[in-house]
Amino acid sequence: MREALNQWNFVIAAYVIGVGGTTAMALWSWLAMCRAEARRAKSREL
Amino acid sequence: MHGYANPARFLRIARWLTPALLAGGGVLAAAALAWGLLRVPPDRLMGETVRILFIHVPAAWLALAGWSTIALASIAELVWRHPLAGIAARAAAVPGAGFTAICLASGSIWARPTWGTWWVWDGRLTSFLILLFLYLGYIALADAAQRNGGQGGGRVAAIFGIVGAINIPIINRSVVWWNSLHQPASITMGKSSIDGAFLWPLLAAALGFSLLFGGIVLARMRTLLADIQTEARLRRRAFESDVPGLAA
Repeated sequence: MREALNQWNFVIAAYVIGVGGTTAMALWSWLAMCRAEARRAKSREL
Repeated sequence: MHGYANPARFLRIARWLTPALLAGGGVLAAAALAWGLLRVPPDRLMGETVRILFIHVPAAWLALAGWSTIALASIAELVWRHPLAGIAARAAAVPGAGFTAICLASGSIWARPTWGTWWVWDGRLTSFLILLFLYLGYIALADAAQRNGGQGGGRVAAIFGIVGAINIPIINRSVVWWNSLHQPASITMGKSSIDGAFLWPLLAAALGFSLLFGGIVLARMRTLLADIQTEARLRRRAFESDVPGLAA
């Protein structure tokens, strides 16, 4: 028996995981970098 | 290479290169994915699911590139004692693990409509899952080494990074050595069996994601460097305040 699969559902799921995962990694790394560099600047003022 | 070993010189370059790579990579990857999603025709056999190619293949390449970066930087750390090599290796681990997870997830999603199953324990899929576990092990080792002040632990993580590289040729040759539902490589050095309609958006997506990967690695290197410098400064201050003669 042939399954009736909507191929676009699989495409959208893969794109959400790929784009979402990459965006999350980029944002997380950028924000962590900004926080760490702000901490370093603050430690210079101590 | 040693010219860039100076953290101050590295930071001068990384300050403008990090946002440039992230912004350029983001724009190029978004354009390539839109091209793949909206302009590329469906494949004769795989239909619309062929569009998963533009996520899955760049993620697979970057997963392998991530561990290759760890292995090469670990060699530079152990052999030449390059000051930024250990930091570069650690910075590549998290995006490498992230792209390995994206590759496994998108591959599993692609497998369901094309192979009729989410997962098979064949050579390619299993060796890629092992790569994810290697990444997680490396991240745990490198974090433990940093918490202990890098006393010998950094060297253990570097050796683990080099030994783990044995999995890279195994992944590459797995579809040749063992029976697999996974297709053999479509793109090898100078050759491609992929039609131009799919090849060009694939190369554009691979370049875009590679720029993003580079930007993420640089951002993480800057984070690690800033943390090390902050901790060193705070320790020096604490030492100076403990020894009254030095504080003056």
